[in-house]
Amino acid sequence: MIPIDTFRLNPNIFTDQLAAVSMREGMGRGLLGLGRIDGRVVVLCADLTDSTKTDYFAEEFPERFVQVGVAEQNMAATASGMAAMGKIPFVASFAIFSPGRNWEQIRTTVCYNDLPVKIIGSHAGVTVGADGGSHQALEDVALMRVLPRMTVLSPCDQIEARKAVEAAASVEGPVYIRLSRISTPLLTTESTSFVVGRASLFYGTNDRPAQLGIIATGSLVYQAMLAARIMEEKHGITVKVMNLSTIKPLDQEAILELARETGALITVEEHQQAGGMGSAVSELLAGRCPVWVEKVGVNDDFGQSGTAEELLRHYSLDKEGILAAAIRVLYRKQELN
Amino acid sequence: MTLVNKEKLQKLEEEAQQIRCLVIESLQSAGSGHTAGPLGMADIITAFYFHLLRHDPKNPEWPDRDRLVLSNGHICPALYAAMARTGYFSQDKLKTLRKFGSPLQGHPHREWLPGLETSSGPLGSGLSQAVGMALADRINEEQQEKFFYCLLSDGELNAGNTWEAAMLAAKERLYNLIAVVDRNSIQIDGYTEEIMPLEPLRDKWRNWNWHTLEVDGHNFEEFIKAVEQGQAVFNKPTVILAHTIPGRGVSEFERQYEWHGRTPDRKQVRQALKELRTLGGKIEE
Repeated sequence: MIPIDTFRLNPNIFTDQLAAVSMREGMGRGLLGLGRIDGRVVVLCADLTDSTKTDYFAEEFPERFVQVGVAEQNMAATASGMAAMGKIPFVASFAIFSPGRNWEQIRTTVCYNDLPVKIIGSHAGVTVGADGGSHQALEDVALMRVLPRMTVLSPCDQIEARKAVEAAASVEGPVYIRLSRISTPLLTTESTSFVVGRASLFYGTNDRPAQLGIIATGSLVYQAMLAARIMEEKHGITVKVMNLSTIKPLDQEAILELARETGALITVEEHQQAGGMGSAVSELLAGRCPVWVEKVGVNDDFGQSGTAEELLRHYSLDKEGILAAAIRVLYRKQELN
Repeated sequence: MTLVNKEKLQKLEEEAQQIRCLVIESLQSAGSGHTAGPLGMADIITAFYFHLLRHDPKNPEWPDRDRLVLSNGHICPALYAAMARTGYFSQDKLKTLRKFGSPLQGHPHREWLPGLETSSGPLGSGLSQAVGMALADRINEEQQEKFFYCLLSDGELNAGNTWEAAMLAAKERLYNLIAVVDRNSIQIDGYTEEIMPLEPLRDKWRNWNWHTLEVDGHNFEEFIKAVEQGQAVFNKPTVILAHTIPGRGVSEFERQYEWHGRTPDRKQVRQALKELRTLGGKIEE
């Protein structure tokens, strides 16, 4: 049975009391906390300390902070050297630069060497907004999840971002943590479970089987929950929403259970449809439990300037986009099975 | 620091010849691999493993050892031969170079062979790793004085990553970091100054705020003295531009960029070993 976490979530999710806060803030606080309890933790940043909120750590532990300048390849490989000497390095930048620009260094010097370097890629997805397509990483999950030994985490809010950073330090090998630029609704609470490799249900009940499963990750978990509520309340369709905060290793049992139960899944992510979380889920299902899957993600395209809302709407990543996907996948389930 | 006397120098020279022979033999057994680089760097690698490095082949994880990062992983046949000769593993393993299941992977993989400080092959990131090691060591309060060495090819100075690392090392004043550039002036596609000119190379490093030295990479005395000078510099990293002859020791291979990634056939092996063992006909086999 997939753990149901709905009662441990923020009770204000469907109210106008819901606060939106920064994931990066959670990450920065998490790093600071780690620094206080573990002297092996070091942080490297490529000229983005304020944007990545590594400045908290840098101010308190200047001797354990390395400013490498605009040089992400050097940042990854230097971190590898530090890890080889027993440190637990966290490298932080925008996802488009790290892992965007330093993939081979991550592959060879970190993963191939099996060293515990933790890569924080912030400003992932189109919700970066005004900076435009050049700065909106939509390929980073694909780049990271194909690497042997890499763990890929994609927290959905500030609290999960902090927990992800804390958990990453305890993972033996390399870890990639994907974060958004924008403030995202605070969905979870301190008591919501966060275990690397474990998915949990954020919407739905085990009282009756669901007709549709939505697997969402990162900033779009909230959109998935909004869509699920509309489907239930307006259309009488029972839905379960899974928060997949670990993209690799996949929680196979939880995903298979949801697939068997519903026979129709939607994956939701702020990433290319190709190679991302939806692909990972599809790879699993193709071999173990082939059901209809509809991917909500960017369809072989680049981002552009705009507000986060405009862009989510344009690329059909918001609740309307998810509802449209729901109609498509439920039609197939009903008509083609 | 130990002084090198004449006797020691001669021993090192003889050892380097042995290593060249082992390089040729292991390449022949492998049937593929790089010939010019390992022969060209045999002297420098010998100087490190038999004289300069503080290491313990029987205890490769010894925390206080010096670290030697081989950035240009493709010259590993010479590294492997030196490791075998100093007792990291038995010499007959050299025959398994590049073969299935062998700890002597085609390019070094640290998980397969204790004593390797890193895995390398893709060029340009070794200096970063050595910089990271030196930085991490400085954070450790209980640190024992140790040196961090990085062997680089001149070809990989084409890579921006190398210069990013060079900037960081200078910024952090990593005085216990010594880089050695194998200045053999060839790379896969041709001569370095035709593919991507590096000169004035010493000025480049000097302007990057490194202490720079230029030596004959086949002159043990000169090279060892340069490393010792690098060890004595207290506020900067040191780079030694070591001029070497690619394919050194075998006249057919010397200075020919075509031998960068080629392996000798049986006849060429026989000829090469004869030339190495007789020091080019100066002594009897």
